Amino acid sequence: MAVFKKLVRSACGAHVPHNKNTENLETVKMPVPAVVRIPMSMHIGAPAKMVVKKGDEVKVGTVIGEAGGFISAPVHSSVSGKVVGTEEILLPNGNKTQAVVIETDGEQTVCECVKAPEVTDHASFVAAIKASGLVGLGGAGFPAGVKLAPQNLSEVDTLCINAAECEPYITADFREMMECGEDVIEGAKLVKKYLELSKVIIGIEKNKPAAIAKMKELCKGLEGFTVCELPSVYPQGAEKVLIESATGREVPQGALPSAAGCIVMNVASVGFVARYIKTGMPLVTKRLTVDGDAVAEPKNVEVVIGTSTKEVIEFCGGYKAEAGKIISGGPMMGAAVMNDELPVMKQNNAILVFGKEAAVLPKASACIRCGRCVEACPMGLSPVEIALALNSKDAEEIKAHSIDLCMACGSCSFVCPAKRPVAQTMSEAKDFVRKAAK
Amino acid sequence: MKLFVSSAPHITGKDSSRSIMLDVIIAMVPAIIASGLIFGLRAVLLTAVTAAACVVFEYLWNKALKKEQTVGDLSAVVTGILLAFNMPSTMPFWMAIVGAAFAILMVKQLFGGIGYNFANPAITARIILATSFAGSMTNFVHPTQTIDAIASATPLAANAAGAFAEGGVPYLTMFLGTHGGVLGETSALALLIGFAYLLIKKVISPAIPVTYIATVAVLAVVFGQDPLFHVLGGGLLLGAIFMATDYVTSPYTLKGKIVFGIGLGLITMLIRVFGTMTEGVSYAILIMNLFVPYINQLTRQKPLGAPKKVKEAK
Repeated sequence: MAVFKKLVRSACGAHVPHNKNTENLETVKMPVPAVVRIPMSMHIGAPAKMVVKKGDEVKVGTVIGEAGGFISAPVHSSVSGKVVGTEEILLPNGNKTQAVVIETDGEQTVCECVKAPEVTDHASFVAAIKASGLVGLGGAGFPAGVKLAPQNLSEVDTLCINAAECEPYITADFREMMECGEDVIEGAKLVKKYLELSKVIIGIEKNKPAAIAKMKELCKGLEGFTVCELPSVYPQGAEKVLIESATGREVPQGALPSAAGCIVMNVASVGFVARYIKTGMPLVTKRLTVDGDAVAEPKNVEVVIGTSTKEVIEFCGGYKAEAGKIISGGPMMGAAVMNDELPVMKQNNAILVFGKEAAVLPKASACIRCGRCVEACPMGLSPVEIALALNSKDAEEIKAHSIDLCMACGSCSFVCPAKRPVAQTMSEAKDFVRKAAK
Repeated sequence: MKLFVSSAPHITGKDSSRSIMLDVIIAMVPAIIASGLIFGLRAVLLTAVTAAACVVFEYLWNKALKKEQTVGDLSAVVTGILLAFNMPSTMPFWMAIVGAAFAILMVKQLFGGIGYNFANPAITARIILATSFAGSMTNFVHPTQTIDAIASATPLAANAAGAFAEGGVPYLTMFLGTHGGVLGETSALALLIGFAYLLIKKVISPAIPVTYIATVAVLAVVFGQDPLFHVLGGGLLLGAIFMATDYVTSPYTLKGKIVFGIGLGLITMLIRVFGTMTEGVSYAILIMNLFVPYINQLTRQKPLGAPKKVKEAK
């Protein structure tokens, strides 16, 4: 059977190192910094519209940016204090966005507007989640309110909770389960209830036995709740891969997970749902894993959104060695940032600092056609052939290879013995097809 | 603060082109030792000369064309050893060097170097040598003779001459390799040790060798011949384990590898049973090498979520 499946698609993934050095480190709350800079674009979709101006007093939870479109999310102040201006910020993805700069008063006074939302049905549940500013906390940052209201809601029967945490180093989701496992279950119950789902599947990689045991215990006696143990092979946390592992269903090419009857949410997002419905406190803090060989004291920290990367690293003992690379996110899909000034955003789950040596990968050499990228690709694509098609500038050929399914997981680059930046080439191929279509 | 910025991923696996080639070389060491024990020190010397010649030719090519030096990836060493494995121990050194020049300069570098050759350099050079110097390439010595070697046939050739009917070469002799033949092919034991090493180190997938050997065995039975004899008696194991699995000239997917292996077995047996030659492995590999682009096209994986009938890529 397994062999038969391999005949269709080997999808071996990449055997990345786990490096979960911080898994046993309980989350530490970082003190509120003197200044925060909160970007208006911390999600996929339209940036939020700024609704405060210089001189305004804000409190924790005050709306400072309203959703700027259907696919968008509001932004809240993470501190109490005074707006001192706005600033343009360069995001890791290369886009620029406006950020509200707030001088904190250190009081952390909570806004009067923060109160538990009244939720009675699907519509009011979705409205509440939209107002909470929740976006996919696993890294993608897709507005949760939009995700929870799919057009084909009646066909959706399963909530897949993504607790695979397949990226090396990161343990923030693991800590969420260990410290707030009850919230996760509570949040899942809410989603299940208001979306009228029948199943909740929590997918956890086998390298987190403590989390598996804890979530299994919490799921006991709950109808429709199961924990799915996933192999410890990257990228188990990729949405479509997770759906296949957990339910056996395939998300049709070009469609959303709801087409396979699933909604996928990150485990931290689900935990947040429970807390928000209980308290009404919007998304203003984030748990982060801070690690890497150039950080003095790797930690799991909870920081207010808008704290600068530099201050987070200083809170973790500062730089142990000269920093060569700072990654916002994991080492497989995270973005290398230009400096340490970038503020912590909603979808950040890690800050990794690599020293000079680890910052630079070995030089690429000629492709030896070993086919390891084909074997590794979790989507069953053929990166080596796509690269050849890009070389000959053949957009039709690239398209025929289903380049649209590439999710830039980086497995192909990781396994490449010639050390070629295959994933980058795949992105170039995608861009090429997009431009050719114009 | 000056930070290095590059696109993800920011980590890479342990294997490199060089480490893979080194693993292949290590896997060939048992066969090198076996050739020394069976045919004497000259066998090892011939292997060393051929490998060194391959490296020197690649070095000179890169130097002359002002290209980046690539001999460090060790692929030329692999080609050299494999080419030597296809020669009898009596092969004159100068002929071996001519073979190395063919393999590296014509088959590999003229087509763009590593990753671009459409056929296996060692196999192609072997065929060129066999057609150019037919006598020297089949001047097999009997292992028990040394300096004043008398010509001895490979078990396959002996079989064609009717020796098999008289009892032929015992299985144990074929398994250990103490019979006439080219350097690398005779000892099944040494080749299997190398095979095991390659599998453990995940350098190659078992798909091609297993389907190739199985096809040969099955067809032998179909043609009413001894399958074990066909597996052990000629160059099948050497070809199946070390030459048909060459990355550049074999298909990417498991499905493709199986098709490739079956095709190899089929051609090998057609040549062995119906052809005038006693051995068919090298021609089978060369012919199937040429089919690889087509096999790759026809045996693609089905992407996750793609419709059952995908529009065929060119």
